Amino acid sequence: MVNRIVVGAHYGLKDWIAQRATAVIMAVYSVILLAAVGALGPNTFEAWRGLFANGFMKFITFLFFISLFYHAWIGVRDIWMDYVKPTGIRLVLHVLTIFVLVGYAGWAAQILWRL
Amino acid sequence: MAELSIKKKRPKNLDLTTIRLPLPGILSILHRVSGAGLFLCLPLLLWLFQSSLATPESFATFKAVAAHPLVKILLLGLLWAFCHHFCAGIRYLFLDVHMGVDLESARLTSKIVFAVSIALTVILGVALLW
Ligand code: HEM
Repeated sequence: MVNRIVVGAHYGLKDWIAQRATAVIMAVYSVILLAAVGALGPNTFEAWRGLFANGFMKFITFLFFISLFYHAWIGVRDIWMDYVKPTGIRLVLHVLTIFVLVGYAGWAAQILWRL
Repeated sequence: MAELSIKKKRPKNLDLTTIRLPLPGILSILHRVSGAGLFLCLPLLLWLFQSSLATPESFATFKAVAAHPLVKILLLGLLWAFCHHFCAGIRYLFLDVHMGVDLESARLTSKIVFAVSIALTVILGVALLW
């Protein structure tokens, strides 16, 4: 960001911040989930399902998934940009990555809201 | 100009078989590998998550699939990937706020990341998979 001529382009600061913010959300969620599993020891179907059917858990689990998909989009896009130089192929890979991640988001919503 | 020609003559070593990556470098490439591996396995993980929650029958399927030795090994690998990515990711967040940037701490925290992520993988692997 420093010493750049402003040409209206994005230099990726927003994505950089989003990747960090989503990382923090996922890290906090992982600890909460681990604590919940550790405390409740849900080893029957009913107990396991009950854990995620709880309104608060459902909400933060969904938040985790959305963070995950946004985080993965930025990360995987960075990987494509590092190794795939031909613009056409790169564009196709970017579009495919977005498609699968949007699909996963719909899938995750469906899993959680059927509970 | 003089500077340019000197620069050109500097020796380069890009022979991957002789380059020894320092520990923070290994940590870094494994952070990328683990992130990519987790991404590639998302369909499997979502499917397992769905099966475990949908119906008692799908839960039974989930248990049977997760009990297969090959699946267990794959899941153990993904568990390590998550633990490594998690610990290395947190280390990066500290580096981002300029904590632990000097060489000595960078090496020390790399060692901690490897130790903690492997320990977590073993503990969680035993608790959840076996
Ligand atoms: C608690 C969870 C997580 C934390 C704390 C975390 C943290 C981070 C951080 C800080 C980065 C930026 C690294 C950099 O710019 O050098 C990153 C990159 C990345 N993350 Fe995560 N992450 C987490 C979970 C995940 C998961 C579950 C996936 C799998 C889909 C994932 C996929 C990626 C990818 C593909 C990258 C790009 C790697 C690269 O550019 O080398 N992350 N992560």
